[in-house]
Amino acid sequence: MTDSADLDYLDGNAAAGPLSEFFAVDVVSARGRCAHCGRTAALATARLYPSSHGLLLRCPGCTEILLRLVDSGDSVCLDLHGLSFVELHRDEGGSQPNPQPPA
Amino acid sequence: MGIVSPGFFGRRRSDDPALPPGQYRTEDFPVLSAGPTPRISPDEWEFTITTETGQVHRWSWTEFLALKQDDVSTDIHCVTSWSKLGTSWRGVSLDTLFESVESECEFTMAHSYGGYTTNVPLDDLLGGKAWIAHQFDGETLEPAHGGPARLLVPHLYFWKSAKWVRGLELLRQDEPGFWESNGYHMYGDPWREERYW
Ligand SMILES: [Zn+2]
Repeated sequence: MTDSADLDYLDGNAAAGPLSEFFAVDVVSARGRCAHCGRTAALATARLYPSSHGLLLRCPGCTEILLRLVDSGDSVCLDLHGLSFVELHRDEGGSQPNPQPPA
Repeated sequence: MGIVSPGFFGRRRSDDPALPPGQYRTEDFPVLSAGPTPRISPDEWEFTITTETGQVHRWSWTEFLALKQDDVSTDIHCVTSWSKLGTSWRGVSLDTLFESVESECEFTMAHSYGGYTTNVPLDDLLGGKAWIAHQFDGETLEPAHGGPARLLVPHLYFWKSAKWVRGLELLRQDEPGFWESNGYHMYGDPWREERYW
């Protein structure tokens, strides 16, 4: 399982394209908290399993599912129940303080 | 069931009556990985059927192998559009496993090692239509293909044939499993192209 030749997943950056249909920002750079183990990190660090049934992002800490996306052509279903929050930093302009409390 | 017909290679899919609509024929056995592959040793493996009253019927690996074994030749159809014709399996019929089970339920949920679930009506598991398979092509079923044992329900799309199966739960009402809760069809008949909701 630890042999790199045995890796059956990609890193979460590969989810950026399919998720761009839902999110106006590059959501894989957002930090997400695993609803199962609480690990909080950028979604880009999650493991993407390229099952052709759908896109699955799994937590690298506990392997539970953070996010599922199924594209049936006519519609796209996004299941986020494995994420207890997603935090996006407004880092454009660098040091500007955040003028509003998070919604 | 399925008969391997030589001479279809290169034909258009619509010419092959063994192929459901929208399917193409493959000679490979693609692996769709939805997560880490569970590695279950035979001594820790067990298969259970749990009824609505909470009664649990349980088989160890040794008990399971001592049951009547069927050799099955069948076509399989994956919802991602590949079909593999004339595959060979060995396993135990669900009719055999349900012989001692009493239930009034019409629905089941298959549960797998690793957490996968999929729903299948009980009628679709009985009557010589479904097996718990532990050999493919005369060889022990590899973990990548669902070994030690997987559900085999070849008349439905192959996501219903749960890999690494560890049990069936009888349900009074149909409930969605893992993919069925996020876009995939509750029943999944390939001949009616029941792919998505
Ligand atoms: Zn986790």
